[in-house]
Amino acid sequence: MTSFPWAPGFIDGDRPKIVTSRFQYEDSHTLERYLATGGYEGLRSVLARSPHDMHEEVRSSTLLGRGGAGFPAGVKWGLTPDGVFPRYLVVNGDESEPGTYKDRLLMERDPHQLIEGCLIACYAAGLSRCFLYIRGEMALAQERVAQALNDAYAAGFIGKNILGSSFSIDIVLHWGAGAYVVGEETALIESLEGNRGMPRLKPPYFPAAIGLYGQPTIVNNVETLSNLPFIATNGAAEYTAIGTESSPGTRMVAVSGHVRRPGVYEIINGTTTFRDLLYGEEFCQGIRDDNELKAFVPGGGSAPWFLPDQLDLPFEGRLVGAAGSMLGSGAIMVMDSTTDIPAAALTLTKFYAHESCGKCVPCREGGTWLMRILDRVVEGTGTTDDLDLLLEVGGSICPGDMPHAASADLQLEATPFPYKMTTICFVGPSAYVPVHSALTLFRSEFEARVAPSRTRSRIPVTAVGAGS
Amino acid sequence: MARLTDENVTLAKEIIDRYPRAKSALIPLLHIAQEQDGWVTDEAMRQIAELIGVTPAEVLGTGTFYEMFKFEPVGKYLINVCGTMSCALLGADDLMHAAEEELGIHEGGTTDDGMFTLHRAECQAACTEAPCLQVNYRYRFRTTPVEVRQLISDLRNGRLDDEIPPHGTLARVRQHIPADKGVGAVDPSQVTSPPEWITASAEGGAS
Repeated sequence: MTSFPWAPGFIDGDRPKIVTSRFQYEDSHTLERYLATGGYEGLRSVLARSPHDMHEEVRSSTLLGRGGAGFPAGVKWGLTPDGVFPRYLVVNGDESEPGTYKDRLLMERDPHQLIEGCLIACYAAGLSRCFLYIRGEMALAQERVAQALNDAYAAGFIGKNILGSSFSIDIVLHWGAGAYVVGEETALIESLEGNRGMPRLKPPYFPAAIGLYGQPTIVNNVETLSNLPFIATNGAAEYTAIGTESSPGTRMVAVSGHVRRPGVYEIINGTTTFRDLLYGEEFCQGIRDDNELKAFVPGGGSAPWFLPDQLDLPFEGRLVGAAGSMLGSGAIMVMDSTTDIPAAALTLTKFYAHESCGKCVPCREGGTWLMRILDRVVEGTGTTDDLDLLLEVGGSICPGDMPHAASADLQLEATPFPYKMTTICFVGPSAYVPVHSALTLFRSEFEARVAPSRTRSRIPVTAVGAGS
Repeated sequence: MARLTDENVTLAKEIIDRYPRAKSALIPLLHIAQEQDGWVTDEAMRQIAELIGVTPAEVLGTGTFYEMFKFEPVGKYLINVCGTMSCALLGADDLMHAAEEELGIHEGGTTDDGMFTLHRAECQAACTEAPCLQVNYRYRFRTTPVEVRQLISDLRNGRLDDEIPPHGTLARVRQHIPADKGVGAVDPSQVTSPPEWITASAEGGAS
């Protein structure tokens, strides 16, 4: 239970560590430290095996993608069509989901671990060039990864005939420039091709089949790839021994907001509960000022909200989905009893409305309208009609039942995740999610600040030329 | 100065060569232009278009999608106060007010002396360290209004010059792929067979 001045935000604990094992060292980002702590040993052992064999190892580890969707990495690698080359690896380091940061720490604190993960993925899946896309606003991560790449090239870990083998690969560092939607994998590919970062339609543009330059492309998250050196060195069995069968290993989770000790923790996947995280001595140690917990966002700004009713759920994708939300990118935002719920929802809706790329009408128009209507409700100039209007506008982005949490107080049953959507990607629905959660679970707070609707005078419409 | 310097053109060409298709270098090259001039000029965009073989309109079209590129001069220091949820819950508004007062400008404005531009930014991925801000994308964690005023004064007096480069400088360490080590980029249409280690390792490992 230690924090390190060189890793602000990260809190260490007496738990199994897979991706943060070097954070305790101030020089964890250097090649010297990496090599002194078993670095690139995984790569060495992988090069002595067949790519197919290593791919199977990752498949049997059930390593789940850490970007948000939680799709198994080994399965993803296998989705490329047979016999189509070249294939590319695109590393998604465009982390920008509200509440989330783990990839930034992994890039700043252990860039060689990520690089080794990229090399292992390229070797196993036959990917012949790697593009490492890092969010533009992360200047330190850019510098640390650039330095690590330079050092790894010089030492022969990247480039032609790595460690004297037939394995040759370049890793190209690519600078992002500030656009949340680019975290969506097809938008990431568009951006990498030098275009506006707008998501592509799926089908047909599933990256594994038609990705970068129209070629099969694997897009993996930074945290996902950072797990590979451990799996390569220690084997899938040791990896699956941590966590649960459906959610093995560990996860990086950022808990922020109204807790006593906000921080980024590497937790055991699948078993750690939200109560452990929010109240546990080794984690956040309870709500600030001994306030009551009001609500929390369990999986990044896009996730439907949870109430204290859901505290005993473990950090496990399927259970959280059944309870009406998602684990997403591993970010919990905590609201205590002092929180102005409509205003809190507005900060998130504003975010997604701002980040809409404009490609899909329901998101471009709907997100903005949600923001404007909610804004006037928060400012106290809204009416009761506005609350229904919010749900109506939201319903055009996410038609049908919206997932939400159960509440004993409200005698409300949970509606499971996911929702239906009229947009290509999740930005549009994400603008609606906080509005829907807040309105469903805290409607009285909205009603308290809107005026009753006046009956509007309507101008009757008559056909041109009709009448006298 | 608006066209890229010879040194930057060399750098631009080195970056272009890393990609199987030149247009992929568009965003990195806009960063180089912004680093040189503090913002992205029309002349720089024209030159980037020539370098990668697209129209200037395409460069502008891509560039305007991205928050970080500025198409008119901004302050030497761009202060981005995060306003998304965790920061909002823990006092982001107070930081913004302190900055506005200290600088005598509103959110979105630039000071007359061209030193500071103040923006409200979206989530900066430091939510446990809320409220936070960035100056030219360098963090300040768990900040208070008093610290914001101090920060502005320090920046004004050049006391943070070593830590915070002028706006536009993205990373002071750049990737460099040595000519004798790099594999090189190949247009995908020129490749039809699996990579060497896949064919070579049909019977075992690559080593």
